[in-house]
Amino acid sequence: MSQVPADLHYTKSHEWVRELADGTVEIGITDHAQHALGDLVFAEVPDTGRVLGAGEPCAVVESVKAASDVYCPMAGEVTAGNPELAKAPELINQDAFGRGWLLRLRPASAARGALLSAAEYAELLRAEGS
Amino acid sequence: MGRHTPLYDLHRTLGARLVDFGGWDMPVQYASQIEEHHAVRRAAGVFDVSHMCVVDLTGARTREFLRYLIANDVGKLTRAGKALYSCMLNETGGVIDDLIVYFLTDAAFRLVVNAGTRDKDLKWIRRHAQDFGVEVRERADLAMLAVQGPQARQKAVGLLAAGDRERALALPAFVGAQLADWFIARTGYTGEDGFEMMLPAGHAVDAWLALNALGVVSCGLGARDTLRLEAGMNLYGNDMDESTHPFESGLGWTVALEPAERRFIGREALQRVKAAGSARELIGLVLEDRGVLRSHQKVIAPGGTGEITSGTFSPTLERSIAFARIPSGPVARVEVDIRGKLLAARRVKPPFVRAGKALVS
Repeated sequence: MSQVPADLHYTKSHEWVRELADGTVEIGITDHAQHALGDLVFAEVPDTGRVLGAGEPCAVVESVKAASDVYCPMAGEVTAGNPELAKAPELINQDAFGRGWLLRLRPASAARGALLSAAEYAELLRAEGS
Repeated sequence: MGRHTPLYDLHRTLGARLVDFGGWDMPVQYASQIEEHHAVRRAAGVFDVSHMCVVDLTGARTREFLRYLIANDVGKLTRAGKALYSCMLNETGGVIDDLIVYFLTDAAFRLVVNAGTRDKDLKWIRRHAQDFGVEVRERADLAMLAVQGPQARQKAVGLLAAGDRERALALPAFVGAQLADWFIARTGYTGEDGFEMMLPAGHAVDAWLALNALGVVSCGLGARDTLRLEAGMNLYGNDMDESTHPFESGLGWTVALEPAERRFIGREALQRVKAAGSARELIGLVLEDRGVLRSHQKVIAPGGTGEITSGTFSPTLERSIAFARIPSGPVARVEVDIRGKLLAARRVKPPFVRAGKALVS
């Protein structure tokens, strides 16, 4: 069973969202997602200042086998892409919820309607048979 | 549900992730594809390749039949057990499949063909074999394990009877021998030394577990793909198929146009290509920018556009490598369109890696 930290929110497409103290959010892919993708060898993160819509592709992660889009969980403006991933994409495998974060975003609105709680995401993983 | 090899249950027990490959449920990786890759480059790994199709051909005219059926010339094979890599072509020179043929005796040869092309291959072979009175027998009773890596042969002979070990270790490259009810050949698809072993299906699980106990790492088809691409070896369906001929697939070296009097299927078409010069060629690429080359990405070369046919991240070189089919010409650098960005790639002559050593910088 994959880790599902209780203090984060999630999407059905296996991204996680962490609320930071300054009102921005940190976004990454879940432990389940990194495990399914396998060894990651490349990550492309968005440039600071880019404005993203909810559900828009915001990053690309590539394993040896395939490239996968990461979808932005909410609309907002990018405040940072994780600079460490250029040299060490394996951080996503090693620490998906920590040093493997992909981007930080200033959300366009306070609403978080479509996100799943940890309990809901854990239930989704169970339903998917993982 | 796909077809299963005799090792299917064991793969599941070992925690492999299984995927469809040519209609078979096959292990793509066990724990880490990159670690499996390194195990083969540095020590030894074992692959289940039982999905591949072993076909025995028998009859007095078998050699004559094969000299007609395939583009390389089995007339070159004089030593019993010697293997030859060849394309099997249609009349227009398109590649029906690539295969390995083993010369056993003048009345018996063994072919190993791809899993995904099994049905059409058998139909094609049987159709032409009739004219030569050659019997075609699929050996679904055999499993096949590939044990590959610098330590592979030394470990694999631990599975043999004491009297057979010396014989197995004495096999030269690209030669096989029947040892009791196992056929052991010093062949492979990784660019490393090793054996491919064909054994009764019922022996496969015990053999695999015994190899694991000797420190041979279970490896999936994911690592097999990165290893073969580093080794500069083509994959049927990616790098060539019936719409391409050997000269535009990096396989001209496998076509025996000499002796000129040998008739084989596809010969006339290939002679026309050879005379005119192939309009396209398959080249090796190393990506200079960050990113990963993948099949079907567009390649912009000075002489026109082409396409990546196989691309991956190379665990040994720690950068991306590929084969690409582009217009023929003296090209040193190209650009590759990756998600709308044009990234720089440099032409290199495959193989990229052999016997654990990087051959390109």
